[in-house]
Amino acid sequence: MSETSNEKINAKFIEINGVAQTFKTRKGVFPALRDINLNVAQGEFVALIGHSGCGKSTLLNLIAGLTLPTQGTLLCANREIAGPGPERAVVFQNHSLLPWLTCFENIYLGVERVFGAGGRSTGAASESKVQLRERTNAALELVGLSAAAHKRPGEISGGMKQRVGIARALAIEPKVLLMDEPFGALDALTRAKLQDELLEIVARTHSTVVMVTHDVDEAVLLSDKIVMMTNGPAATIGEILAVDLARPRSRVALADDAQYQSYRKAVIDFLYTRQGHVEKAA
Amino acid sequence: MVSTTNTIPAAAAPAVAAPPERDIGAMLSSLFMAALPPLMGIGLLVGIWALVSLGTKDSIPSPLETWRQAVEIFSDPFYRKGPNDLGVGWNVLMSLQRVALGFGLAAVVGIPAGFLIGRFNFLSRMLNPLISLLRPVSPLAWLPIGLLVFKGANPAAIWTIFICSIWPMIINTAVGVQRVPQDYMNVARVLNLSEWKIITRILFPSVLPYMLTGVRLAVGTAWLVIVAAEMLTGGVGIGFWVWDEWNNLNVKNIIIAIFVIGIVGLVLEYMLIKVATAFTFEEVKS
Repeated sequence: MSETSNEKINAKFIEINGVAQTFKTRKGVFPALRDINLNVAQGEFVALIGHSGCGKSTLLNLIAGLTLPTQGTLLCANREIAGPGPERAVVFQNHSLLPWLTCFENIYLGVERVFGAGGRSTGAASESKVQLRERTNAALELVGLSAAAHKRPGEISGGMKQRVGIARALAIEPKVLLMDEPFGALDALTRAKLQDELLEIVARTHSTVVMVTHDVDEAVLLSDKIVMMTNGPAATIGEILAVDLARPRSRVALADDAQYQSYRKAVIDFLYTRQGHVEKAA
Repeated sequence: MVSTTNTIPAAAAPAVAAPPERDIGAMLSSLFMAALPPLMGIGLLVGIWALVSLGTKDSIPSPLETWRQAVEIFSDPFYRKGPNDLGVGWNVLMSLQRVALGFGLAAVVGIPAGFLIGRFNFLSRMLNPLISLLRPVSPLAWLPIGLLVFKGANPAAIWTIFICSIWPMIINTAVGVQRVPQDYMNVARVLNLSEWKIITRILFPSVLPYMLTGVRLAVGTAWLVIVAAEMLTGGVGIGFWVWDEWNNLNVKNIIIAIFVIGIVGLVLEYMLIKVATAFTFEEVKS
């Protein structure tokens, strides 16, 4: 592959062109998204923010391939997204761990599929069970949960479950990590801790991340780019804000940072002044 | 820690001793609550029974007489005096064997059928009218068909059990499959799991609690039906035993049989509930 086409992939790792999504409901056709155009570069951290019902999760599901668009195209690494797959791992809002499997087994399930016998479509050799276990343990260690490896999800806290969810997604070495309000159900302190951990993990793994959130601080702290969505129905991208803060970022240092505050202000201004409240717009 | 226990051992001792006393009190009262009401319930039953016995001038035998008879019967439950005179133990075992066979066959057919109906909308639309039509039919109505087809009392009784226990298993399994959380299926899709892994790791474990409910209902119904079926078919079995004792006008044995049937049903139910709780993973809400 030539230098230029490589660069093209890097800048437009995820490419969304003219995507619209409508749902058929009992009351008729509901337009959820329209005219979505968005590029995500490799290694970029993008946050999707907006009021509830603005279709940010719908957009994430489209990138995941869990739903297909009514109009337009989505590309990932120059290939059309035709369905879900392990190269676009999803961290679900409610963690979605299988309650009858231990944390280890939950992660191993994906690892076995991607790296085990018959899993690799690229022709790479499948790995032995020892290697698969090593990968699983490494993922658990990455989120600091080696001690809870053989506990079931019912036996650990909400924050730990969400960390297992992140480990499960990261263990399969996805090209893109998709996160749907991953910390939404957690208390503020646990959320902050996990955000810090995520910052570290992303710095280490150079992951490409698309994250849905409704938390302004979370968006500014974590992302390189904040995609602000207008209110639904027929929501679209209202504005894209590039967050140009140096990494590694520290929440304590940034609290007094003027630039951080101005980004924060810009997002709040968009959400509350220009987009107002959902009821008013509808 | 060490210094405090060293300096004030006298003060610490009563403080430690006080709570256990309260615990014993609480334990006694909870023991009362656990034991007293059920005992009173049994007392009520025996009281009414004794009154009825007095009122009918002993044509319904008194509890004490029945108890004496029961002690005698259960001192030798497994006697054999010819093919038509077997101990009550043999009769219960024969009935349980029929239930096990009929129920086992129903499970072999019903659970996979439930999976298919739950997984494929086409099959569900195709078979649901049939199930709705056949399910309300009393299983005993199938007994003549069984006698006709299988030309024997024993297979006909097993056939009846098969029919009555298959419906709850089909229906509950199908409902369980339809209620597998979409989140789990999304996980399967994202990880691109094979159909085999989806069945063994996601579908089966999440359907299992529903399936076990179906099994419990099925065994309960089967145990109800076997008594009636055996009354009609004869042979050896607890239902036949009841009918036989009625023909001998031995009411004491009929009452004993009622208790035996109840206790066996209770034990079956209890065992299946234990199995079900062992395989149910209720998600603790975060």
